[in-house]
Amino acid sequence: MKLITAVVKPHRLDEIKEALQAFGVHGLTVTEASGYGRQRGHTEVYRGAEYTVDLVPKIRIEVLAEDEDAEQLIDVVVKAARTGKIGDGKVWSVPVETAVRVRTGERGPDAL
Amino acid sequence: MAPAAITLAAEAPKLSSANTGFMLICSALVLLMTPGLAFFYGGMVRVKSTLNMLMMSFVSIGIVTILWVLYGFSLAFGTSNGFIGFNSDWLGMSNVGLTELWDGYTIPIFVFMVFQMMFAVITPALISGAIADRVKFSAWALFVALWLTIVYVPVAHWVWGADGWAYKLGVIDFAGGTAVHINAGAGALGVILVIGKRVGFKKDPMRPHSLPLVMLGAGLLWFGWFGFNAGSWLGNDDGVGALMFVNTQVATAAAMLAWLAYEKIRHGAFTTLGAASGAVAGLVAITPSGGAVSPLGAIAVGAIAGVACAAAVGLKFKFGYDDSLDVVGVHMVGGIIGSLLIGFFATGKGQSAATGVFYGDHSFTQLWKQFAGVGAVLGYSLVASAVLAFLLDKTLGMRVTEDEEVSGIDQAEHAETAYDFSGAGGGVVSSVSAALAGTSKKVDA
Repeated sequence: MKLITAVVKPHRLDEIKEALQAFGVHGLTVTEASGYGRQRGHTEVYRGAEYTVDLVPKIRIEVLAEDEDAEQLIDVVVKAARTGKIGDGKVWSVPVETAVRVRTGERGPDAL
Repeated sequence: MAPAAITLAAEAPKLSSANTGFMLICSALVLLMTPGLAFFYGGMVRVKSTLNMLMMSFVSIGIVTILWVLYGFSLAFGTSNGFIGFNSDWLGMSNVGLTELWDGYTIPIFVFMVFQMMFAVITPALISGAIADRVKFSAWALFVALWLTIVYVPVAHWVWGADGWAYKLGVIDFAGGTAVHINAGAGALGVILVIGKRVGFKKDPMRPHSLPLVMLGAGLLWFGWFGFNAGSWLGNDDGVGALMFVNTQVATAAAMLAWLAYEKIRHGAFTTLGAASGAVAGLVAITPSGGAVSPLGAIAVGAIAGVACAAAVGLKFKFGYDDSLDVVGVHMVGGIIGSLLIGFFATGKGQSAATGVFYGDHSFTQLWKQFAGVGAVLGYSLVASAVLAFLLDKTLGMRVTEDEEVSGIDQAEHAETAYDFSGAGGGVVSSVSAALAGTSKKVDA
């Protein structure tokens, strides 16, 4: 199994969710996150005092997938998240040793 | 305050129901300014000290109200000498008839007393913006009581008392440019020079946590300020109160636009905080001057104050004093601008016949009088407030510990937090036993 993590622009969440549902993904986890990459932050001005805000709001989406689906699933996420502008984010995957469905105790791919 | 009684020589004034009703409404409007100020300031601090900022204003309502009835009014508005007043009948308002009129006017002493009470309430509250995030609540409460007594009361007497020295000299201060705004601004400067900066000043980001609250507060201040300014004529028999009302609106609009223009040019954006701050700067500057200038003069006063205050709020970073929410930059500077501009723009057709440099015989006489009033109030408040803060700091201690300040004064001093950010409603603090532990002084959240 693979854990696919995407840190992307918050307003792309709905598109990504719909694309994943269409692909057949039944569950995902979303958290609010903040960070920066090449986009860096922005500048705000309060009574003439300038603040550089480094961290930009992002969302982190986590999805578990079977090995053979992982690459295709990453493509689905990337396609739905892309706006073409700087700050679109990153998607990566890591191997997962095990997963358990809490209600039934099913293990491995059955738990997905 | 009105320098001349609105009466015919032979006829003693009678109680006017219209003026009395108007003044009671104005008193309520001025009271509303203090909660307005609380939100104006409260939105500007970080989340962790929102409640402390609100509470510093609210407790001023409590403390000053009681002290004003007990002795404040007597010492500020009684007659005795040029520096402090006294009237034993007014101590606790114990020997005042309900229909006994304020001397020379058409409203009862009770009405004048409560109207002035609201001014005394907001003036120390104004100082709280300079000392955000870092002052023990008990020390603040004591400071308010002592500052009212040794700074506000004498200064109000100088400027508005029938035998006050500045009043007799002819210093014009319609509604409190010196007694309220310069007084609070200079007092704030004195206090912060003693207690020092916030932890992380100029290093950590200290963005306002809620600009909508700031705008709400500015709106309430603007609304209440009509009572503050137009009410200060104590009646409407000769149109001067209406002139003041008009000028209050006009100068505030001009100052808001001027601040916005200044920061668009200097910093590249029309900011919300700039609009709110500009409006308050205009309200401050027209407070002393609105009864003396024409509406065109009010546009000038507002525009000059808007630009001057927008420039002045940057000085704290240059000189390194932590005037957290710019009480000095807006109230002291705005008060000075408004008070001195009377010396240029007074038409002689408003509250008094005195004219400024641009009118009448182009004399500088009124300008020098304004300088005297401004200088005396500024100097006295700065020094007396600094000494008071120093003594409190050496005895009670003015500041919370660094740890408490960094983790948030709301939790340390009030055992509360302003906002619940946890989706579930209770977060990790859901233990019932903590809520029922009435004996523990503070609930550790």
